Amino acid sequence: MRIVLNGDCVETGDACTVETLLQQLGISRERVAVELNADIVPKGNYEKQLLSDGDKIEIVHFVGGG
Amino acid sequence: MLAEDNRMTQTEDKLIIGGREFTSRLMVGTGKYASFEQTARALEVSGAEIITVAVRRVNLDRSKESLLDYIDLKKYTLLPNTAGCYTADDAVRTCRLAREVGMSDFVKLEVLGDEKTLFPDNEELLKAAKILVAEGFTVLPYCSDDVIVCKKLEDLGCAAVMPLGAPIGSGLGIRNPYNIRIILENVTVPVIVDAGVGSASDAAIAMELGCAGVLMNTAIAGAQDPIAMAEAMKLAVIAGRLSFKAGRIPRKLYANASSPLDGMIG
Repeated sequence: MRIVLNGDCVETGDACTVETLLQQLGISRERVAVELNADIVPKGNYEKQLLSDGDKIEIVHFVGGG
Repeated sequence: MLAEDNRMTQTEDKLIIGGREFTSRLMVGTGKYASFEQTARALEVSGAEIITVAVRRVNLDRSKESLLDYIDLKKYTLLPNTAGCYTADDAVRTCRLAREVGMSDFVKLEVLGDEKTLFPDNEELLKAAKILVAEGFTVLPYCSDDVIVCKKLEDLGCAAVMPLGAPIGSGLGIRNPYNIRIILENVTVPVIVDAGVGSASDAAIAMELGCAGVLMNTAIAGAQDPIAMAEAMKLAVIAGRLSFKAGRIPRKLYANASSPLDGMIG
């Protein structure tokens, strides 16, 4: 299936959760926040939150800023 | 002895924001440094306890190296900002994401009105502040040096107000010290000058006016020697605060001799 990840279309396997997506990307869950179709996904829901075709995912973290 | 007394005064003179106590009154941004190492060193030297960060998409193509790898998170209170947001909705969304990262419920709320000046859109700012306070955030809003806006932000429940000294990154200093004074006389939450500081004397002026703190980024990161400037700012904020607390002499137009007139020779 295809999802929109941080503005880019990407292909993922079926039955992909937020947790598996983060693992595939090599991103530590500790220092990020995830939005699914403009709603926050609480960290406690990463394992059970399944992604669907066409979902829009945002993964953000802290960068230098003023 | 006097120096010791002063030091004691300084450590007892806590800044309290959102129920948390801070010793340093200098808040520092983490943008625009040449490297993460330089950022970390400048933060260390500045003595800042509150540091701002921005919330941005994880870059999926590049190295996973992150600013936070270089920073001792136990030492600092992170103050995520909403830089680049032009609507209340975007700012609120950014704050929710920032809190979900899980390190702080402090947010530096900025809602910009214009790309050229980066002046705040006060209408959107107030709208966002109301929502965020209701959601339990500790809101520190970057705002105009306008007492009416500051009072409204205080009334909404913001933990501090952060009027600008001059446009962000301009280094023009405190352009309207009288407005800052009026704000100081009319709000009870901490007043922190955010933006506009260019040199150590600007920071000292903000503190001498009676501000609770100063927040800056470019003044340090953009200096020719950011580490030296970080130290200069640390000392300026301490000096300015002590000067304010000490109570300056009144300004007079004519001279008033420092040496006694009695006992002159001849």
